[in-house]
Amino acid sequence: MSQSPAPSKNIFDPVLNICAVIGASVLNMLASIGTLTAFAGRSITHAFSLPFFVSNLGRQMMNIGYYSLPVVGMTALFTGMVLALQSYTGFTRFNAESAIAAVVVLSITRELAPVLTGLMVAGRVGAAIAAEIGTMRVTEQIDALTTLSVNPYKYLIVPRVIAGTLCLPLLVLVADIIGVFGGYLVSIHVLDFSPSNYLYQTWDVLTTNDVVSGLTKAAVFGFLVTLMGCYHGFNSARGAQGVGAATTNSVVSSSILILIFNYILTQVFFS
Amino acid sequence: MTSVPYKIEMQNVAKSFGPKNVLNGIDLQVPAGKSLVIIGGSGTGKSVTLKCILGLITPDSGTIKIDGEDTSFVSGDERDRIMRKFGMLFQGGALFDSLPVWQNVAFGLIHGKQIDKKQAKNIAIEKLDAVGLGAQVADLFPAELSGGMQKRVSLARAIATSPEIIFFDEPTTGLDPIMADVINDLIVKCVKDLGATALSITHDMASARKIADYIAMIHQGKIIWFGSVSELDHSNNPYVDQFIHGRATGPITEKAEYTTRRA
Ligand SMILES: Nc1ncnc2c1ncn2[C@@H]1O[C@H](COP(=O)(O)OP(=O)(O)OP(=O)(O)O)[C@@H](O)[C@H]1O
Ligand SMILES: [Mg+2]
Repeated sequence: MSQSPAPSKNIFDPVLNICAVIGASVLNMLASIGTLTAFAGRSITHAFSLPFFVSNLGRQMMNIGYYSLPVVGMTALFTGMVLALQSYTGFTRFNAESAIAAVVVLSITRELAPVLTGLMVAGRVGAAIAAEIGTMRVTEQIDALTTLSVNPYKYLIVPRVIAGTLCLPLLVLVADIIGVFGGYLVSIHVLDFSPSNYLYQTWDVLTTNDVVSGLTKAAVFGFLVTLMGCYHGFNSARGAQGVGAATTNSVVSSSILILIFNYILTQVFFS
Repeated sequence: MTSVPYKIEMQNVAKSFGPKNVLNGIDLQVPAGKSLVIIGGSGTGKSVTLKCILGLITPDSGTIKIDGEDTSFVSGDERDRIMRKFGMLFQGGALFDSLPVWQNVAFGLIHGKQIDKKQAKNIAIEKLDAVGLGAQVADLFPAELSGGMQKRVSLARAIATSPEIIFFDEPTTGLDPIMADVINDLIVKCVKDLGATALSITHDMASARKIADYIAMIHQGKIIWFGSVSELDHSNNPYVDQFIHGRATGPITEKAEYTTRRA
């Protein structure tokens, strides 16, 4: 660098370079949003035309829904518990212990159950989908599907995306119940609240909208996680490295999308 | 339209991957009901040629006709209809590793032709038998098989639907000489008995002589020689001579060295 023959023509050069880098990455991002949208559009169109692979849908629902229950249940249980404990230590300063039940049930149903379930499923299911479909891409199994006159979107993508969209609300419903139960456990056994009082306060504050908004978020997150897993796997580069990158990208991008859409949906529901 | 019924016609097909020109104007005609073998060095674009015909790779330019029908712009259901004419043995096998062997073989029957599962399984076991595999492998998963066995399952899958056009990408690579000959006979049988059109890639000259009606040699992304098997030994083409005799020195290797040095 010190050997460059002419001094820098312009003191703004470094700034311009940074602009160029930022510009390039913005263009890149817009391009990937474009291909992703096209991919999502194609997946949705294929979901509404025959043939439909019912047994694949069943297998994916087992995989995404049923086998995610333990991890989602554990997450919800401890989140509910810690929520009760934290609100207690905070609220005793203002003599507002009676708000604990409300804090637990509202934060769980509106925010924590959908978001945490979404993130856990992104790590567990999204990564697995990307790795599986990426491997199928790299080993030409997706090409083989096409030569056997089976549309890979219908066979691979549609069942996974539908399973994700259907299963996440169910998982979140379970997480809601377990999370509230976790808060209840701590409040009763650690903080010595009266059970009937706690349950009454929980029920009293809860509205349909709280639950429905959480479940709607869950459906959107389920769609996003499975779609991103499929998208990155489907477009995986060649080789083991390509599959590895697809897996990472699927988890990172779906996690970020979950957080972004969580904000947007909250705004839609509660403003 | 031409008077000769060509099953597949490629005209001036070119394909590059980034800066790398793989196909530089392929012209190739495959007559209906005949077996054509493509020979050529490793990495010269043989597999890419097959994938272009199948529409798995979109060529940059040129036209490809199947049964006289230009396939460049067909998609969706139309393409599915054309695909139904094809069976393909992939070089790497490309078996579905989440399905047992028999479901792999029966896949096209069950999903493409809507044959019921029980009947499809019987056909699958029949086809497995044709490639020298017993019924006991039917319920194993592809990962539990040896490389050569996977290749044969893949072959059974390619012919299971009795397609009109069958592509074999290196059908005998990785097989012992006896099994290789069984497979050669099977390919000949597909063409003779079922009247299929076959397009195969092989490095095994004994196999090529046995299964081919015509041979095409590809070099640097172009077809540089085309002729019947009987013409192979007196082609007067130095490239073909070097290839079929497997000599280390000759025009192919000179050119290759030249290009690598330049790159
Ligand atoms: N999807 C792809 N992306 C980038 N390059 C590719 C792709 N497919 C093939 N190539 C390149 O195209 C060239 C030809 O590949 P191809 O698989 O057709 O070779 P081949 O003639 O079948 O060789 P072999 O006899 O070893 O199988 C290779 O150099 C390969 O690197
Ligand atoms: Mg090849």
